[in-house]
Amino acid sequence: MLSVGLTHFLIISSALFSLGVYGVVTRKNAVMVLMGIELILNAANINFIAFARFGNFGHSGQLTALFVIVLAAAEAAIALAIVLNLYKTFSNVNIDEIDNLKE
Amino acid sequence: MNLYDLIFYLFAIITLISAALVVSSKNIVHSAFYLLFTFFGVAGIYALLGADFVAVVQLLVYVGGILILLLFGVMLTNRISNVELRTGSANVLPAAIGVGMLWGALTAVMTKTKWANVKSNSSDFTAPYLGRMLITDYVLIFELLGILLLIALVAAASIARREKE
Repeated sequence: MLSVGLTHFLIISSALFSLGVYGVVTRKNAVMVLMGIELILNAANINFIAFARFGNFGHSGQLTALFVIVLAAAEAAIALAIVLNLYKTFSNVNIDEIDNLKE
Repeated sequence: MNLYDLIFYLFAIITLISAALVVSSKNIVHSAFYLLFTFFGVAGIYALLGADFVAVVQLLVYVGGILILLLFGVMLTNRISNVELRTGSANVLPAAIGVGMLWGALTAVMTKTKWANVKSNSSDFTAPYLGRMLITDYVLIFELLGILLLIALVAAASIARREKE
């Protein structure tokens, strides 16, 4: 088995990305869709940091990964507020049953 | 196969298996806890890539913040007393086929491309460099992210508050 290089990390991140997409398109619960999005963001972050390590870019890639983490935190807070509102309005958070913006 | 490779495969297996359990588990609370292991594995991969500060931030923000937020979301949007924590999946077979094709295409791209492979062998702590870049080259993005976080905080509180009866 050849020693671990850039390609190994890229393969891990593409697998993680595919699992995240699978979670987003199959799960019914809105919170589960959020978890899928977090997986996708983590996969993108692995790519950023792998290229920062194996490319010749200094530390910019790691900084971009930090920015992505901040954006993920903001996104999770807003999305959960929206999910709570959905639950107040429809009494469930299954996104295949919610097809109205208003009651 | 040296120690670095062994640790890489360990973290890769932890990450991928727990991610697969996250998207396939029937119980949503179990999914949330498998997500903990995924984030932990990803933090290990960051550390292996020499990004020690980002790995610590990953643990602090994802495991300490986002995961707890997601668990709150689960607890507040399901009737715990009914033990109705099961959540269904839809369109599993078409999604599996489509995502499998996507995965194959991505992996082919990642393996076939001739990447420029100049490994930077700096084993320094990255925190001083990142801090210096944050207040020089990236200061505008840094300030904008601060404002964005403030707005997100206010907006989340405003969206989620209860209306007065």
